[in-house]
Parts: sequence; C-alpha cells; structure tokens
Amino acid sequence: MIDLIGLTIAVPLVASGVNLLIGKRLGRRSGWIATAAMAVSFIVALGALLQMFSLPAEERTQVVTVAEWIRAGAAAVSLDLRVDPLSITMALVVTGVGSLIHLYAIGYMDHDERPGRFFGYMNLFCAFMLALVLANDFLLLYLGWEGVGLCSYLLIGFWSDRPDAARAAKKAFITTRIGDVLLMLGLFVMWVHFGSFDFDVVLGHEGSLPEIAAGTATAISLLLLGGAVGKSAQLPLHVWLPDAMAGPTPVSALIHAATMVTAGVYLVVRAHALFEISDVALAVVAVVGLAGALYGGFSSLGQYDMKRALAYSTMSQLGFMFLAAGLGFYPTAIALLVAHAFYKALLFLTSGNVMHGLHDEVDVRRLGGLRHDMPWTAALFGAGALALSGLPPFSGFFTKDVILDLASRDGATWAFVLGSLGAMVSAWYIARLYFTAFIGERRYEGSAHEASALMRTPLVVLAVGALFAGIGLELTPEGTLPMFLEPVLGHVVEGDAGPSTQVLMVLAVVVTLIGIGIAWRLYRPANQERWVSFPEREPGMAGVLAHGFYIDGLYAWIVANVGLRGAAALAWFDRTVVDGAVNGVGTLATRASGLAPIWQSGKVRRYALSFMAGGVALLLYAAVKI
Amino acid sequence: MRTPVAYFLLLSAILFSLGTASVLLRRNALRIFMGVELQLNAVNLTLVAFSRMHMELDGQILAFFSMVVAAAEVVVGLAIIVAVFRRTSTTDVDRASVLRG
Repeated sequence: MIDLIGLTIAVPLVASGVNLLIGKRLGRRSGWIATAAMAVSFIVALGALLQMFSLPAEERTQVVTVAEWIRAGAAAVSLDLRVDPLSITMALVVTGVGSLIHLYAIGYMDHDERPGRFFGYMNLFCAFMLALVLANDFLLLYLGWEGVGLCSYLLIGFWSDRPDAARAAKKAFITTRIGDVLLMLGLFVMWVHFGSFDFDVVLGHEGSLPEIAAGTATAISLLLLGGAVGKSAQLPLHVWLPDAMAGPTPVSALIHAATMVTAGVYLVVRAHALFEISDVALAVVAVVGLAGALYGGFSSLGQYDMKRALAYSTMSQLGFMFLAAGLGFYPTAIALLVAHAFYKALLFLTSGNVMHGLHDEVDVRRLGGLRHDMPWTAALFGAGALALSGLPPFSGFFTKDVILDLASRDGATWAFVLGSLGAMVSAWYIARLYFTAFIGERRYEGSAHEASALMRTPLVVLAVGALFAGIGLELTPEGTLPMFLEPVLGHVVEGDAGPSTQVLMVLAVVVTLIGIGIAWRLYRPANQERWVSFPEREPGMAGVLAHGFYIDGLYAWIVANVGLRGAAALAWFDRTVVDGAVNGVGTLATRASGLAPIWQSGKVRRYALSFMAGGVALLLYAAVKI
Repeated sequence: MRTPVAYFLLLSAILFSLGTASVLLRRNALRIFMGVELQLNAVNLTLVAFSRMHMELDGQILAFFSMVVAAAEVVVGLAIIVAVFRRTSTTDVDRASVLRG
C-alpha cells in the first residue's frame, strides 16, 4: 500500500472536484461521497502503516515518485511523496479524525443549502493537508501549506452572508499570510544555500547532518518558525484563531483544532535537524510555545463563547507542543498532537451539538444544566475535558504532563514551573466550560434537543480515542508511538535532574486537581449567579481576559495609526514623485514634438531657404574637407 | 588672347546669386520661376566655361542636356502655376501653404 500512498491525496481531491462541480444535483449525497473519500484515504494510509510494520525500522522511510512536476533547466522537482513513520502518523490523524468529522458534518450540515460546496471544500482541505504532511520536499509542503490556508479561508467564510464570518475569513487569511511570507523567505534562503528543497538534502540523510553554518541555519529556522507561528496561531500571530470560530463547527474541529493548526508543529518537528544546528532557534521555539500556552490558557478563562474558549485552549495546547519541540522532545510533541487531535475535535463537535440543539447558542452564560436535556453530549464533552485536563489515565496525562516531566528531568525548571501553571489553567478552563454549560441551573429558554445518532457515532469513536489513546498508543517516551517515530525523530533521552519522575507525576496530578478545584469553587451551581455577574463587578479583569489581553486592539491601533499613516505617506509619494516622473516624461515628449512642425510651414520660400542653407553647408563641408 | 575662365565664373556667380535672391525674396510664382531659370543658366555658363578651359566637349554636352531638362521643367512648372492660380486666384506662393504641419 505504500506505493499507492498517492491515492490518499487523489481520492479526496477527486471527490472534492465532484462535489464542487455537481454538488447541487447531489444534494445530501455529497456528504456521503466526501466521507467515503476520506474513509478510502484512511484505509490506504492504514494499509501503508501495516506494510511499514513488516519492514525493519531502518527501511521505513520510503519515497514514492508520483510524477515529474517542474523542470527548469538543471533544477528539476519531481512530485515525490515521503512515507515514513512521522508522515504516516500525521496522515492517519488527518484521515482518521477527518473521516469522523466528515461523518459528523453530514448530520450537522443537514439544514444547510449548499452541502456540495461545503464538503467539496472540506475534501479539498484534506487533500492539501495530506500533501503537506506527505511531501518529500519543502516545495510540495509549501503547496499544501498555502492550499490549507486557502481552504481555511473558504470554510471560515462559508456562511459568507454573515459579515462576521466574512471578516473572520479575511482576518485569518491575512494574518496567516504574514507567516506564510516568512516561510517563503525561509525557503528562498534554503534554496540559495542548498540548491534543493529535498528533505534528504536539507535535513540530512540517514543520521548525517545537513551541511550548513549555524548562522544560516538560524536564519532558515527562525523564518520557518515564523510560518509555523502564523499557521499554528502562536504569539504574536494568534489573533485570527478565535475569530475563525465564525465558521461551521466541523470546520473548527477539523481545521482549527485537529489538523491545519498543527501543521506548524509538524514543520518544526520535521525540520528539527536545522533547528538543532542553530543554537538559538530551539530556545525561541520553546519560549514562543510556553508564552502561547500560558496566554491561551488565561485568555480562555475570560471567554463566554464556548467555541472561542476552545480556540484559546487550542492555542494553549499548541503552545505545549511547541514547548516540547523546543526542548527537543519531538516524539512527545507529536504524541500530544495526536492526543489533542482526538480530544479537541471531540470538544468542538460536542459544542457543535449544543449549537445544533439550541439554535446556535454558544454563550455559556445562557446555557447551564444541559446534561438533563443532552446527556450524551454532556458525557462526551466530559470525556474530552477529562482527556484535556491531564488526569491519569487519560491521554492528556501521557502527553502534556510527560512534556513537563521531561522538561524538569532535563533541567529546564523554568519550563516545568511555568508549564505546570499552564497545565493548571488548562484544567481550570476546561472544567469551567463543563461546569457552566452542563451542570447547575438552566439559563436557556425552551428545551435543547439531543444530537442525532448519526452525529453521536463519530463522537463516541473520538471519545474512545481521546480517553484511551494515552494507554493504547503508549504516548510516554518509551511507548509504542514514540518508539515508532524514533527512526525519524530520534530517541528522547530522559535526563536525571530535579525530582524523580514519580514525584513529578504526583505533582502533575495535584496541579490538575488544583485547577479543577478552583473551577469547582468558582463555577459550582451555587456560585453560578455570582459568576454570571462577574464582568459587572470586575469589568477591568473580565475585559482583559475576554479580549485576550487586548492584543487584537493593539494591532488595530497599530494598523490604524502607524499603518494607515504610512500608507498615506506612500500614497502621497506615489502621487507626487512617481506620478510626477511619469507625467513629466509625457509632457516633455509633447513639448519636444511641438517644436518640430515649425520647420514644416508650408511656405515654399522657406523650404527653398532650407535648401540653400543645406547646399551651402555641404559646400563648406567639402571645402574644409579638401 | 583668350578671356580668363575666372571672368566667366564671376559672371556665373553673379547670375546665380541674382537667381537665388529672386527665388528667396519674390513672392510671385512666375518671378520665382524666372529666378530658377537664371540659376540654371548660370550653371550652364560654368559648364561651358570649364569645357572651354579643358578644351573638351563634355561640359557643352551636359549644358545641352541641362537646357532640355530645363525646358521640360518649365512645362511642368508652368502647368502647376496655372493650376494653383485657377484654384486660389493668386500666384503668391506664401498663400499656398495648406501643406503646413
């Protein structure tokens, strides 16, 4: 099946074409076509995985050439797909979680008038995402990178008649574009230095390191990180992610939780050889990640829109992934990525259930007590929340807390302390969402209806994954998944600094319980009225948290003041200097040509005089010459 | 004793200058035309003078050709002048300036 890996991209691509072209006639069937395409894609990827198991660990990296892509002189780029443990893991996450989300979306988009277009874009997204993770060179990776950005734009703005959705789509596109430009510059530097985009050349081959000076590696790494920061919504390019929640919920689950936003983590992990040669790049990754983890966590506490709270949570979790990658624990970063794909997709889709059952209500102040009307949804959200909070034996414990444990054992006490604070806040904000939305008094009108069986089925699968991926895949450093990834990402060496792992595990559980305890104290049913009125009592603090520390406002101010004034100055320059030069050339030509007709007066005697003058001049010339 | 060729050339120069002045200063087309004839004949005179100086007939033959061409030119030129006069009722060349740029 490894040779057929191209099908994982081709099948969704074809299905996308079908849905976009004749989606109107297909009606509701388009959802099934899209889901079937994803399922086929998943099966192919699974087959490739099984075939990979039969190979010895050294031979598990295979390059499949699909076609020659670009030939320009000596530089030829062929369309190669790389099948190795890392890319197949990513492909399985994309196709597996993607299939479940597609299945869910059939029910969720039941009432929408344009299912063909929706599922066409969703399939297109998956095809690009798979191209991104299966690419064997940075060029195809970049193609996928831009493609998923485009699909993200199209899907955030899917309800284009809603101004907030259209605005959010533009914001997401423009903000990630800043990162994409940095990534592109990184690729330029890479091309200048290596003359190739091939992973084997750029990232070294079979244990050999790429030949590059530390300074150049730093430049490339930081530019790649710039792209990753934009795509993965990390500080300072995170502002698009909360607004992106204006899109349909399956989109939030697929693109803005499980797959696209993790592309940045994948990029850093994939290119870790470059990051390691540079002496500062990894530290920057770790600091960016830690800052994002804390910022996202605290901002999530102030959100009343469930999906926005989850969006900040995603940012925080991605921060943990970057932290892990920055500290050199690449397999653990990927393990958290896998676990996060399960539980965050689950959390988004259950909040989609709430929206579906309650006329798009997402404000937790107007929810409460939903577990009576929506027992399935409440249980499933609870499962996702447990997995995220990091209580053993669920998947968050085997990933996020392992990162902190490894950090501490490695001697990075600062990362451990701040990361534990982030972990506590994670438990706090997710327990907050559960307590405020699903228990206590009802604060909504009418009755909510539970999601249909079609929508519940994929959620149950996701919940099983979210809860038990930690045990099943053994996400700990010595476990199945990290060992599987070892040929690509190397072995995570556990240090021996600081307290022992057992002590740290207990600490992690205590920290999580403290987070949940704080949440219980603040948001338990008896205190919920007090909580709802919190913004009136503490407008300052509530405002800071709700607006994500006003970074959005800061950017708006910068754009409005510095940006627009700069633009005005440039416009003046354009009008006076540039236009002046252009118009000046035109005027000069007109004036010069106005001089010529003086000769052509139409008066014969003047012509005769010219003859004369010419003749005399010729004679004089001849005389001088002789 | 033969008259030196310089006298002929001097006369020719005077005639040519008179012709040129007539062409440049007169406004009547006929007078300009007469100026042109004067120039032609001045040149013919130099041709003949040099021919005599070298004791060869080339210059005289060329003078005959020149006269023939001048006669043909008179035919065309006068026809043009008559055509212009019919159209504009004047032979003032400065008035016939519709071809100005």
